[in-house]
Amino acid sequence: MAVETFNYDNRIVRNFALATTIWGAVGMLVGVLIAFQIYLPALNFGIPYTTFSRLRPLHTNAVIFAFVGNGIFMGVYYSLQRLCKARMFSDALSRFHFWGWQVIIVSAALTLPLGFTVSKEYAELEWPIDILIAIVWVAFGINMIGTIIKRRERHMYVAIWFYIATFFTITILHIFNSIEIPVSFMKSYPVYAGVQDALVQWWYAHNAVAFFLTTPYLGLMYYFLPKAADRPVYSYRLSIVHFWALIFIYIWAGPHHLLYTALPDWIQSLGTVFSVMLIAPSWGGMLNGLLTLRGAWDRVREDPILKFMVVAVTAYGMATFEGPMLSIKSVNALSHYTDWTIAHVHVGALGWNGLLTFGILYWLIPRLYNTRLYSTRLANAHFWIATLGIIFYAIPMYWAGITQGLMWKEFTADGYLQYPLFLETVLQIVPMYVIRSIGGSIYLLGMLFMFYNLYKTIKAGKLQPEESAQAPALIDERPSKLKLIFNHHWLESRPVQFIILSVIAVSVGGLVEIVPTFLIKSNIPTITSVRPYTPLELEGRDIYVREGCYTCHSQMIRPFRSETERYGEYSKAGEFVFDHPFQWGSKRTGPDLHRVGRKYPDAWHYNHMLEPESMSPGSLMPAFPWLISNDLNTDHIAGKIRVMQQLGVPYPAGYDGQAQDDLERQASNIAESLKTSGVDASADKEIIALIAYLQRLGIDIQPE
Amino acid sequence: MSVMFILILASLFVAVCFLIAFLWAVKSGQFDDRHTPSIRMLLNDKKDNKNMHNIDQNRNEMREN
Repeated sequence: MAVETFNYDNRIVRNFALATTIWGAVGMLVGVLIAFQIYLPALNFGIPYTTFSRLRPLHTNAVIFAFVGNGIFMGVYYSLQRLCKARMFSDALSRFHFWGWQVIIVSAALTLPLGFTVSKEYAELEWPIDILIAIVWVAFGINMIGTIIKRRERHMYVAIWFYIATFFTITILHIFNSIEIPVSFMKSYPVYAGVQDALVQWWYAHNAVAFFLTTPYLGLMYYFLPKAADRPVYSYRLSIVHFWALIFIYIWAGPHHLLYTALPDWIQSLGTVFSVMLIAPSWGGMLNGLLTLRGAWDRVREDPILKFMVVAVTAYGMATFEGPMLSIKSVNALSHYTDWTIAHVHVGALGWNGLLTFGILYWLIPRLYNTRLYSTRLANAHFWIATLGIIFYAIPMYWAGITQGLMWKEFTADGYLQYPLFLETVLQIVPMYVIRSIGGSIYLLGMLFMFYNLYKTIKAGKLQPEESAQAPALIDERPSKLKLIFNHHWLESRPVQFIILSVIAVSVGGLVEIVPTFLIKSNIPTITSVRPYTPLELEGRDIYVREGCYTCHSQMIRPFRSETERYGEYSKAGEFVFDHPFQWGSKRTGPDLHRVGRKYPDAWHYNHMLEPESMSPGSLMPAFPWLISNDLNTDHIAGKIRVMQQLGVPYPAGYDGQAQDDLERQASNIAESLKTSGVDASADKEIIALIAYLQRLGIDIQPE
Repeated sequence: MSVMFILILASLFVAVCFLIAFLWAVKSGQFDDRHTPSIRMLLNDKKDNKNMHNIDQNRNEMREN
């Protein structure tokens, strides 16, 4: 058997490693900034681009796709080559993947603060960037699968399975959730509306957590933890069971994000059942990771790399225990919309993803640079600082979440809400917000320790861009059945790429045509009094989306007495049929807005946007004074109406030509009404449109 | 709620693909050996050996200091 000599590509691994380090720090810095802003709204410095509601999506996207994303690619490019005993399939694709991904990150960092957003959580980026993501992601997939095909090791180690599942599922999720009809270069409307949009979105977002933050990192755990501990995984058999059980269950759990909403009850129950089942494979995986260290716990005491990994796996276990618990309706009734969710996701992000990434970096960088880690002591310090940061982050957030959840539901003996003022429940937990911002800063400080340590390590060593290895070529012992089916030579040599490419081609083409027609029928309103938005309301809604109001305000009143007392009639699925995209939100830092229409006079909203504290003393909402000075851009109103018509919104035929007149008429009415309240506002400002939208919210089913 | 059918179909599509992959993996003998792969992945290419015990070396030095 001929032994072949080949080189592993270390440069691409190094590039992704640096990217994850740098973007990680940037993403967390934005996180720390918004953690301060949540109780000191003036920290936006009066600039729209640095306001909480625009930065929060930037923070989540940066941490998920820039920090964890580059972390995944770093680990995959290192481990896949070695597990397959092969160089990456194509150096050109590797480079395209790396630079393409960085371009996506930079364009996200520019467009999100500028207000270009679809407002679907973790899928906020507008359609041109969505297309770029799909292209770069498929390039990654081709590169990975090409490497697997030309592998010199017949057995595919379990980590590879996790990587394949990541690629395949994220492709499907991204395509389905991003089907939008463009209005202009940076504005589009999702084809789904209301409750359907919510379901698709949370099917996506849940599985983004599952297949972007979890499965690839489990693959990395199964590679780097045994490597760092220098002993095999506790049970290889369990790891295989872990993988297959996890992927078959995970994809059905999405509806647990929409418990007690207007989503049909049976879908909610389906989500709950699968979520609870998820405990089994998740904990199997966690125990498999921890038990790998059996007989080596003495080394954990001294080796910071193992410390990082052990706490990461423990955090995985805690988060995957908590997730199913939060998916139980009675727990969710208390936890949803509160900081409990924020605590939960940060145990996952800071603990599982963060610490595992740090552990891998400390292990990997010295190997890439053919040297030793500059300081074990500094790495140890980083470990303790990071752990402390997580504790100072998570505990106050759990405390805040439960406190606020209980306060929302508290009634007096006479049957009135104990805390009818929403603001009271926010001010109660401000001390917790303060501690959280300190916790986040501590965690970020730890990263600076790592920066210095890795910098000194890199300085001391020299990058080994090519690492030579030897392995015998793989000889096909078993003639596969595929060969008999596909007799053509070209197909035989590339069956997997061929299948994947055709699946993607068929999905994209088919979906674009089929999905809208499929959905339009179901968009016929079931509540006859629910009308489409007027042109001015539509423009106001787009401003609501642009400013990211959904990051703090929900539009979904759950059927609890505590909520109907506070906000009004509970929300019904039929009320959202014209909402492209839905704006249900997932967190109430401010009150729910679904029934805010007609609750306050127009002038109240005007003054509230100009200076929230003038209407609501002590308010922590940032001011939005630019809405008052900005002229409303109505250039695209005809196009917007046409897209809505395409999506089945029943505007009369030819209404696009009439929209501008209607818009101006409604705007001058609102300006008139403001004038009678002593507010002198011009009718062509953005605030007028926003007021029109807010006053429209939730009034369709109210008696006139 | 017709979108539910789309999502179920998409999810089933994913599940069926994984099922096919699983059946292929079982049939082609991927899981016949459930032990040695976990050890084989630990065997290093020669380059790696030199730095294998970085931390151990650092630790020893710390002790000596």
